[in-house]
Amino acid sequence: MAFKQPVIDTSPKVSDEIRQTTCYMCACRCGINVHMKDGKVAYIEGNRDHPVNKGVLCAKGSAGIMQVNAPSRLQAPMKRVGPRGSGEFETISWDEAMDIAVGWLKPIRENDPEKLAFFTGRDQSQSFTGFWAQNYGTPNFAAHGGFCSVNMAAAGIYTMGGAFWEFGQPDWDHTKLFLLFGVAEDHDSNPIKMGISKVKANGGRIVGVNPIRSGYNAVADDWVGITPGTDGLFILSLVHELMRAGKIDLDYLARYTNAPVLVNGDEKSPEFGLFLRDKDGKELVIDKNTGKLAPFDQKGVRPDLSATHRAKGITHRPVMHMMAERYLDKEYAPENVAERCGISAERIKTIAAEIARVAFDEAFELDHEWTDFRGETHKTMIGRPVSFHSMRGISAHSNGFQTARALHVLQILLGTVEVPGGFRFKPPYPKPVSAHPKPHCKVTPGAPLNGPHLGYVTGPDDLMYKDDGTPARIDKAFTWENPMSAHGLMHMVISNVHAGDPYKIDTLFMYMANMSWNSSMNTSGVMKMLTDQDENGDYVIPRIIYSDAYSSEMVAYADLILPDTTYLERHDCISLLDRPICEADAAADAIRWPVIEPDREVRGFQSVLVDLGARLGMNGFVNEDGSAKYKDYADYIVNHERKPGIGPLAGFRGKDGDQFGRGDVNPDQIDRYIENGGFAVNHIPEGANYYKPWNNAYQDWAVGVGIFDKPEPYLFQLYVEPLRKFQLAAEGHGDRQPPEHLRERVKETMDPLPIWYAPFEDSHVDPEEYPVHALTQRPMAMYHSWGTQNAWLRQLYGRNPMYLPTDIWEKHGFEDGDWAEITSAHGSITVPVMLMASLNASTIWTWNAIGKRKGAWALSEDAPEATKGFLLNHIIHELLPPKADGMRWTNSDPVTGQAAWFDLRVKIRKTAALAEVDPSFPPIKSPVGQGPKDIAWKVGK
Amino acid sequence: MTQLPTSTDKKLGLVIDLDTCVGCHACVISCKGWNTENYGAPLADVDAYGANPVGSFLNRVHSYEVQPESGPSQLVHFPKSCLHCEDAPCVPVCPTGASYKRSEDGIVLVNEDACIGCGLCAWACPYGAREMDPTAGVMKKCTLCVDRIYNENLPEEDRIPSCVRTCPSGARHFGDFADPNSNVSKLVAERGGMDLMPEMGTKPVNKYLPPRIKDTLNTAGTCGELETVSEDATGFLGWLDKALEKL
Repeated sequence: MAFKQPVIDTSPKVSDEIRQTTCYMCACRCGINVHMKDGKVAYIEGNRDHPVNKGVLCAKGSAGIMQVNAPSRLQAPMKRVGPRGSGEFETISWDEAMDIAVGWLKPIRENDPEKLAFFTGRDQSQSFTGFWAQNYGTPNFAAHGGFCSVNMAAAGIYTMGGAFWEFGQPDWDHTKLFLLFGVAEDHDSNPIKMGISKVKANGGRIVGVNPIRSGYNAVADDWVGITPGTDGLFILSLVHELMRAGKIDLDYLARYTNAPVLVNGDEKSPEFGLFLRDKDGKELVIDKNTGKLAPFDQKGVRPDLSATHRAKGITHRPVMHMMAERYLDKEYAPENVAERCGISAERIKTIAAEIARVAFDEAFELDHEWTDFRGETHKTMIGRPVSFHSMRGISAHSNGFQTARALHVLQILLGTVEVPGGFRFKPPYPKPVSAHPKPHCKVTPGAPLNGPHLGYVTGPDDLMYKDDGTPARIDKAFTWENPMSAHGLMHMVISNVHAGDPYKIDTLFMYMANMSWNSSMNTSGVMKMLTDQDENGDYVIPRIIYSDAYSSEMVAYADLILPDTTYLERHDCISLLDRPICEADAAADAIRWPVIEPDREVRGFQSVLVDLGARLGMNGFVNEDGSAKYKDYADYIVNHERKPGIGPLAGFRGKDGDQFGRGDVNPDQIDRYIENGGFAVNHIPEGANYYKPWNNAYQDWAVGVGIFDKPEPYLFQLYVEPLRKFQLAAEGHGDRQPPEHLRERVKETMDPLPIWYAPFEDSHVDPEEYPVHALTQRPMAMYHSWGTQNAWLRQLYGRNPMYLPTDIWEKHGFEDGDWAEITSAHGSITVPVMLMASLNASTIWTWNAIGKRKGAWALSEDAPEATKGFLLNHIIHELLPPKADGMRWTNSDPVTGQAAWFDLRVKIRKTAALAEVDPSFPPIKSPVGQGPKDIAWKVGK
Repeated sequence: MTQLPTSTDKKLGLVIDLDTCVGCHACVISCKGWNTENYGAPLADVDAYGANPVGSFLNRVHSYEVQPESGPSQLVHFPKSCLHCEDAPCVPVCPTGASYKRSEDGIVLVNEDACIGCGLCAWACPYGAREMDPTAGVMKKCTLCVDRIYNENLPEEDRIPSCVRTCPSGARHFGDFADPNSNVSKLVAERGGMDLMPEMGTKPVNKYLPPRIKDTLNTAGTCGELETVSEDATGFLGWLDKALEKL
């Protein structure tokens, strides 16, 4: 019998319409095509024309459809009716919600603005939320950078004017050796995957330095299974090797860095260790042409990398000499670091040799003529095809700032920053410290703060103290505890608010930050702080307002809920004023717009802030007659001007919509973005697109599009003078002195040249008793807490065993299905374990934020996330155990205050399997019920 | 039962590059999205927010740890979907003719109208590449996006399977293996593309590119060690002065 094939339709209609917007399933900001059928979202794919993802899309992006229909979406504003933490709410109208919010916020603003603490989570509208907070007048604003990657960001800004991800990227087209440090799967998601593929296609080599061989490290050609917290030591050993062999780019160092800048060598001077400067404050070098002192940027000057300057019997040496003295020391020899790093000396030497070989033997030139800031024209651009990337992995340690500094310095010594084949900045970066604001904290009741909250300090005078010497900010950012806390310390807010230290506040206002669960250290403790009552039966934290789109764990701990929309129901701008989507060859920004309208009583949080700003009569949000200045966030995006001609969106400005960067307000701007696929791009001209900090053509282009007001060429800071200023104070110079208990720590940790010291936890707990390092990472297919409510993604990662390396597995006699008690100096968890051989021998790890509280996220109470999933957060405290003097240091980097999540040390004990992980918590009442039993989501008929 | 075509005009299939697959599951979810909305019954999820969520997927990524003879353990991400075998054992076992292989391009499909959900085909498939939809009760499998690759409503560049279009790490390639000059044939030739479990005699069309040799920057000897210009700062500065003179 002959088989007759059925006739099938191979050209079905795909959709009624494609609406192009920006993904928000993570912070990567890819362009997406949302296919619509019958007015509903039918299918999501990547936008091929988009500068970030060029058509590809990750699992999160494609699963966005399950986020938009998630049963955990909040439905309407709510006020708490049960005790805090119970999840008992009453639905209220928006009018009532706004009345309550204004009733709380107005008296605070009029009397004592610092009694509002406003902190936002992983949102991407910080230039707007910061503007709102500044006009409200509270000094207490920051976003989540303090518990994420501020070490990397701040080290990058102070060293070279930018770091990785949003600041810059490897030159994927030309790089031949790519070294990836630490976990990086959760940021810059698709571009790195595309880049890895490109490097491999070009025959390049990828080296992964990570205690865990998963994700990108699984495809790396070479895996360096380093011991956590020792990356800085490994990097400085590579520096030692490269200097020992003279494999550093002397020409680059002389021209573009402060290696030749002279450092005051007078030990008795209050300027000891600071740069010699001329009358205009310019750093001085010895000009090779004349042998005399000259400002570094004078036309025609050729800085001498090795010349010293002798005056009044004192020799002032260039930074290069100090680096030679520091890094050629045997302390950094591979033999002397190998054991601590868990990497053999031979391997360190081999990696250094490979780096040197590729940087110098595979150097190449691009035929792009360019002129530098000293007026010299170069016929070609020299390429050094070695590049690096790193994010949280090396950042989230108490030595993370100095480690990130070391990594940036390594790149600079090789001459691989802003050159073909190396690391390239993305506009608006490069941007030196001098182009950033300094932090501000001057409070005036009923009026705005005296400037932006966050910024870059250059010495003790910039610290944020009140006149009485107490910290000005609730998170104690920009104090001696963490002077360069450029992103604030969100992880300390609830703890400090609860303790009334440095002062009590009235209202805690948070957005998209799951602080009663996976976004806090010491989660159980935080839940208690949020519910704690004083002797009068009042909550110690009097009022909590929270905005989220979903029924997260934090919802239950708030008094007033302002429900946000999903990402397909809202306006947003991914702005050049903030965290844009630029590429190394182009400035770019993007919008979100409501491709569907909300079917619930929810409002975009930024529109709610616009409304609140008007109701509170805040500057920037009301007209002179007191009427509301903006209808909603979309109106703000189009009409707000930060400076004349410069607003949140750079594209389609001016009357005809043909200007980029600078231009008058264009009322049709959002429509023009929608027509253009949701984004705008302006390409950097050829010849301007490398050597950006020193390239006249780039500087002129950047001024033209409004990134700078004037060209700002600068030197890379191998030696960071602001760090030395803090150190000088600790040595006793100046009026503003660190408290005695921090004096030695400031001296030791704020070294102007990169150093390595053991993570603080190592000296606060006994490494013998707690011999194992414990880490977390997010799976590539998930981000934040959202993945777990996503019906498709939770099938990929619905539980999170603790992965143990072979040595530990065998030593304790573990078998499949076993459980273990994992104990830190702070507490214990009892959880399922699994064997993983591709691991550093003293490291265990698990996926973060898979574990869920019962009752949250519209999951059933017996969901595996709630019974077998767990958080490592329970055993990480925001304070370290007391030192001998009884003082407790925060579990943070001493320079930036970044949360030191990855310093954690634990011990392991095999236990009987439990029915549920320990600790487990009673269910919270779901304000949205539970999700449907089965789904089969087909919107087309 | 259904007969396999004696030959097909084209042999359409995938090349999956195990050297660049980072295990991100982008292909898994893109496939789920397209095929929920398109060919046949939606890919359902039962107990979607409950204790034991189980949905049908046409493509899954498995991860395996591999211990080479020397060097550290490795992790390999292994995406797996129907391999559209030339001798597809899932076709002749079908009692209703629902499971078939197209003569024009070799794509193995299930005609859901004729599928009685008996599961014989899934039992016959040595790769575990077929999944019974938990609510529709019909057998689901990779269609190679037969409703995309010829779809005149899509721009030409998008007439590829959704998993290939979405893959961020360039690990998936689509083409005609019957054409020795096609992109996929060339990749297989250049990179030593392999059959999955050739001993089963199924002659799979899809091919896997093996991971490159790893961990070659291992110990001294593979790349050598840098020569010393100086062991200490004083010597280094002497070298520096000489080197600067040459610049």
